[in-house]
Amino acid sequence: MRLSLTTAFAAATCVLVLAALFMVFVYVPTEATQGIVQRIFYFHVPCAWVAFLGFGLGAIAGAFYLFFAQQVWDDIGYSAVEVGMLFCTLVLITGSLWAKPIWGTWWTWDSRLTTTFILWLLYAGYLLLRVIGEESERVARLAAVVAIVAVLDIPLIVISVRLWRTIHPAVLVTRSGEHGLEDPRMLQTLAVSMLAVSALSAWLFWMRLKTVRARSRLFQLRRVLAATQALRNGAP
Amino acid sequence: MNHLSYLFAAYSIIFLAVFLYIILLWRRQAQLEAELLRLEEEVRELVRKMAPPEDGRPNVT
Repeated sequence: MRLSLTTAFAAATCVLVLAALFMVFVYVPTEATQGIVQRIFYFHVPCAWVAFLGFGLGAIAGAFYLFFAQQVWDDIGYSAVEVGMLFCTLVLITGSLWAKPIWGTWWTWDSRLTTTFILWLLYAGYLLLRVIGEESERVARLAAVVAIVAVLDIPLIVISVRLWRTIHPAVLVTRSGEHGLEDPRMLQTLAVSMLAVSALSAWLFWMRLKTVRARSRLFQLRRVLAATQALRNGAP
Repeated sequence: MNHLSYLFAAYSIIFLAVFLYIILLWRRQAQLEAELLRLEEEVRELVRKMAPPEDGRPNVT
């Protein structure tokens, strides 16, 4: 039996995710001050990373679409933003589940949380535009502009913990410029989780892109069909 | 809720969301492929009917 490249990649992703889960729940030591709930961090951070990656790709594809006006760039942008949105939603949810036992509240209008929520709202607007708007070049161009403008929030999220007073922990790069993971096993677990979630998002992106490409081909065919029928009925 | 419940909830939500998204993608893909096949067949049929006969005889299938 011959395995397709997509199936092989999906299998490799499953192995990576299982390895990451093993490291999160068995291998990594429990953090001294936060306790067991700190283990949310090992998927919370990779989810944020792939959300930013998806939105970044969406903005680049948007710029290419505006410049070259090729359907493939619009399809790539739409797929990347949708997958980015899934992981951005997971960042907000897992962040809240970590915040409740540590801060004693599900949500606070902290600078990093607020800027992340704004990012989520901007891309929710993008997806709303794609769902409600008709399948036209105008909507695609408008969506591309939204994707490019919204991505400007990402650098703000990254530097927000250094720009403003915040209670959000700066673990990867602390305010003194070092990383806050003292045990090497914590860094190893984070690295494997990053790899696993990146592979998972790449696979989801590929699956979504196939659907969006099929959808574009469908609209193209409908247009051809309508034009052909009009021609057959003697329309000028 | 103790800390273990928060941890369990976080990872359950992550994998449930990803699983539901995969199911949604498969369903969308299957629907689109069926619709594509139907439309492609319709286009081919229309084009065939409209094409001028090569040997002067009408297109008969």
